Amino acid sequence: MTSRRDFIRISVMGAGALAMTRGTLGAAKLLSSPDEVRKLKVDLKRTPTYCEVCFWKCAGWVYKTSEGKIWKIIGNDEDQHSNGRFCPRGTGGVGMYYDEDRLKTPLIRVEERGKQVFREVSWDEAFNYISGKMKDISSKYGPESMALFTHGNGSSYFTNLMKAFGSANIAEPSYAQCKGPRDEAFLATFGEEVYSPEVTDIRDTKCLVLIGSHIGENMHNGQIQEMSDAIDKGVTIITVDPRFSTAAGKSKYWLPIKPSTDIALLLSWIHEIIYNDYYDKKYVEKYCSGFDKLKEHVKDFTPEWAYGITTIPPDKIRKTAKEMANASPAVIVHPGRHVTWYGDDTQRVRAIAILNALLGSWGRRGGFYRPAKYDVPSAKIPKYPESKKSWTDAFPGKYPIASSPVSNALIDASIPGNNPAYSIKGWIVNATNLISSIPNQANTLKAIQNLDLLVSIDTMPMEITGWADVVLPECTYLERYDVLRVSPHRKPALALRMPAAEPMNNTRSAYNIARGLALKLDLGIYFPFEKQEEMLDWQLKQVGSSLEEMQRIGVKTKEREADDLYFAENENVTFSTDSGKIELYSKYFEGAGFDPLPKYVAHEEPPDGFYRLIYGRAPMHTFGRTSNNPNLTDLMHENLVWINPKVSKEWGLVNGQYIWLKNQDGVISDFPIKVRVTERIRWDSVYMVHGFGHKQRQMKRCFGKGASDTRMITKVLVDPLMGGTGMRSNFVTFVTEKSEKEVAS
Amino acid sequence: MRYAMAVDTKKCVGCSDCVVACQTENNVPHGFCREWVVETMNGTYPQLEIEIRSERCNHCINAPCVRCCPTGASHFAEGGIVLVEHNKCIGCGACMASCPYDARYPHPDGYVDKCTFCIHRIKIGLAPACAAVCPTKCIYFGDLDDPNSDVSVVLKKRKSKTLIPEAGTKPQLYFLI
Amino acid sequence: MEEELLVSGRMNHLIDPQLNIWHWQIPLYLFLGGMAAGILCIAALYFIRGRENDYRTAVRITPFLAPFLLVIGLITLFIDLRHKLFFWQLYTNIRLQSPMSWGAWTLMVITPVSFIWCALHIKDIFPNWDWKFKWIYDIESFFNKYKKVLAWIMLIYGIILGIYTGILLSAFNARPLWNTSILGPLFLSSGLSAGAAATLILSKNKSERRQFARIDLVLIGIELFLIIHMFMGFLASTQVQIEAAKLFLGGPYTMSFWIFVVIMGMLIPALLEFMELGKFHIPAIVPAVLVIFGSLMLRFIIVYAGQVSRWLY
Repeated sequence: MTSRRDFIRISVMGAGALAMTRGTLGAAKLLSSPDEVRKLKVDLKRTPTYCEVCFWKCAGWVYKTSEGKIWKIIGNDEDQHSNGRFCPRGTGGVGMYYDEDRLKTPLIRVEERGKQVFREVSWDEAFNYISGKMKDISSKYGPESMALFTHGNGSSYFTNLMKAFGSANIAEPSYAQCKGPRDEAFLATFGEEVYSPEVTDIRDTKCLVLIGSHIGENMHNGQIQEMSDAIDKGVTIITVDPRFSTAAGKSKYWLPIKPSTDIALLLSWIHEIIYNDYYDKKYVEKYCSGFDKLKEHVKDFTPEWAYGITTIPPDKIRKTAKEMANASPAVIVHPGRHVTWYGDDTQRVRAIAILNALLGSWGRRGGFYRPAKYDVPSAKIPKYPESKKSWTDAFPGKYPIASSPVSNALIDASIPGNNPAYSIKGWIVNATNLISSIPNQANTLKAIQNLDLLVSIDTMPMEITGWADVVLPECTYLERYDVLRVSPHRKPALALRMPAAEPMNNTRSAYNIARGLALKLDLGIYFPFEKQEEMLDWQLKQVGSSLEEMQRIGVKTKEREADDLYFAENENVTFSTDSGKIELYSKYFEGAGFDPLPKYVAHEEPPDGFYRLIYGRAPMHTFGRTSNNPNLTDLMHENLVWINPKVSKEWGLVNGQYIWLKNQDGVISDFPIKVRVTERIRWDSVYMVHGFGHKQRQMKRCFGKGASDTRMITKVLVDPLMGGTGMRSNFVTFVTEKSEKEVAS
Repeated sequence: MRYAMAVDTKKCVGCSDCVVACQTENNVPHGFCREWVVETMNGTYPQLEIEIRSERCNHCINAPCVRCCPTGASHFAEGGIVLVEHNKCIGCGACMASCPYDARYPHPDGYVDKCTFCIHRIKIGLAPACAAVCPTKCIYFGDLDDPNSDVSVVLKKRKSKTLIPEAGTKPQLYFLI
Repeated sequence: MEEELLVSGRMNHLIDPQLNIWHWQIPLYLFLGGMAAGILCIAALYFIRGRENDYRTAVRITPFLAPFLLVIGLITLFIDLRHKLFFWQLYTNIRLQSPMSWGAWTLMVITPVSFIWCALHIKDIFPNWDWKFKWIYDIESFFNKYKKVLAWIMLIYGIILGIYTGILLSAFNARPLWNTSILGPLFLSSGLSAGAAATLILSKNKSERRQFARIDLVLIGIELFLIIHMFMGFLASTQVQIEAAKLFLGGPYTMSFWIFVVIMGMLIPALLEFMELGKFHIPAIVPAVLVIFGSLMLRFIIVYAGQVSRWLY
């Protein structure tokens, strides 16, 4: 296969994932001393940072009191991600800093895994322990038996470390547990991923179609801001959701779809748009390939056909198709973000991508814009050692479309029975609570029990730290420098994160930790700068700025090199696909043995007395990460289970009652959850917000509050194309009294 | 000069950013809030309607809290903003009992506290913390006596309502519907 | 289906889920103040009408309870304040629209007046009392000379004290249960009733006791009339008041109100006193204690139930 796609894939890997590139060892220009950096004139009343409470990375200012204590966090007006306004999690970020339940010092476990008996150790001892074990694993099995699970800004440092060590098993759960299928679908269709922040031009769109996306409850700052602007301009919002979400409350059309049938709806829309000649003919002719095959494929997918599957009346399907067409090209069929639902998610988002292509929205105003970013060089480091095998060797032929390592595959590869040829023996887990983010907890725990080494780096004593051999406490984003934020957006921009306070207790920054480990592993040469400030200053000087300037302004934006935010009229665009065109018909998928065009496949329905478990977000929390944040627990300290009144009447449940949930495999929730009887949820489903039900007693505010949806997700529908873990095929029933026997299990 | 605030319920998503921003800006103690968000929903699936409101003290023109305060601690400041003078407040609780919106709360330090329309920010030309942070920009604030202020303009353009007008308090927090 | 919920988790201490800012201190004070007001009003009234000798206990002895009741009441009020160090601010302002301000100043007047009244009659309790200082005797004769003026002041301020406790609550239109102008007269009659009951207990004069039994009967009749009209008013008013009334008509306070306040505190004593007047011998202390108990419970239940009633959420 041509390497054009591969090339694009590598270079669009998340911001900071490749802060260091391979190259010859050059003379890195270092500042004479760290003190020089500190002596630079800096406004002490406020310091710039960008938020780490979620992935949006809004840039802002941390204001301090006259005594120098962190007071509040406000958005940076120059920042395109936040436009000067932080979301509730960002504003509540002070709580992350002041949380007294934070990890304080490195820990090494003294009893069996999971018993959570640790002893406090110095950083040196912790590093010695880890490096010793890593060297053991390397000599016994090879460095390829180490794996890294990571999330957030520290990823680039630990990725550098792991690659330097000799392993390519680096997985971000945000791929296979979240947005992986969508990026593969868009890569296959348009040759480009949707990026983060998504390149959706919501503020100028005339029609926004949300397939299950619950903007307004998922607090993607920029998306909500732009949606609000669009509402002011009179946008038509079409929401497709079995639940009456906040977005549905603001929609002109709410399609209360039967869960798991979205592909049928999308195919019938494609049918309507093609057979009524609603599609953008010029665009399709100029930029797309495979139209005729697509037209033939959707021949029978009429609205009537879709009605029988989705329960959406045909005239509504027709009306909404017309709305989209009228708005074209300023229409967005939103690709969503967390799309790992039923295992055919790549194909579902392919249908969304195809729909966008037909409506001509990719590259057009009100559709999807072309992002631009700063080109910041990385420090020169030696070439990484070649990794002789990786997780793909554990499961040859599996997930061929995956362009990133699949976290659940890495976990499976850590269970000895699964693949005698190759096994992963050690994990470093950075800033991700695998117990909560990976479904099928039993499998994850089984893998953990078979490891020789488990290191967890975190700010809070999350569940994963309870299973670790070594717990390394990181300081929060308010106490450290980090990589430059070079996220793509309408204009290239840089954002600086600098500490507003010294690390509390005995915590250290990710850079510090990664470099400390590297030194013990004799890999210090891959971390040439002793301090991040030095690296940042060097990098900034290469692009015409400096650390001092960024400390003053926080965000630096520059104009695009060309006026190419959207396609110009009649512009000849070459897409990074194999054919150079937008592939409505995916030859790439076909070659790999998968459907080149999406097909509807019926999914399992809940058995009698069971209800489909649907989960989502609340705008005041980021998954389980903020459950203990004092500012945010004030807003929401537990999740509720939404039950339709018809169902609650049948079961005799009342509003405010606490019940346990039991799923189809007999797993019962650890803690009871409060019932909300509401018409907003369909009678065949129940809904709850993800991220509660914590079992860690050390987190005093959130221990035992609400229930964990991850625990109830034991059946995983894995997407055969790229390994995404579909989580919405679990069904729960209600238990009103938990007997002693069940509690013990 | 009559300060007032308008909240656009069509744009409010209930994220409660206003609540947290107010908390950090004004050092509201944990467990207490000066603002809150209310969701009202009615209908039967799938004919459903939802209204989301960000609420706080209404700084009423006919404020029962000012009327009932025995020491004058609750008073009208510039622009009709209702404030509590901490050193005059004896903590009797009359104002908390007299507010039909239950907008006041007993501060752990003894006095009674509530939304101040961030008067310390207005004085230097900044918007109240909640209006300044709201990601949907659904909170408008300004002087009703100035026809060009944000709030005057938006109230002229849109239909609005206040909460329990029949309580006779003449609240100055409007909800655009 | 209609749903109304707080999305942002508001749970302000003492405000949510329902108002709970006033605990035992306030109803206790309202009762003590009301009873003291009743005692002093009756004493002043009979003195002004020249019936001092017919009702010696009422005019001269019972008022000795008043200073104690008032001082204890003031102490409980002080305990209730949350910002105690600044309590003196009550006396740097007169706020005519605030019933609490009225109360503060009224207490400021009537407490010393009750002390003076008692001082004037101290020889009724301690026959060998000696003021020891000439200037005190001078003050005593001054007040004795203007005793009628003192009595008028005591009467007027006693009425204000008795009625303002009800007006205080009724001024809070945010609590629909209290927002009725009947509360003022109701508390006043309840206070007078308790005051009369005090004399009923203390008096050794049979005809005085009969008179006060009659007074109590009339006052109980007035109270029942007011209560019935209060409920009629609520049920014919707005939705929030109908719901407030429902607290006593099937709601959580039904049993306690009708049994403690109406049956035990009004109907049974009335029956007993009626029987007493009809020549059955009932120990006077029984209905008197029941009346006082009913008066106390009325305050407690109204204060607690009122905090439950609200307009929103």
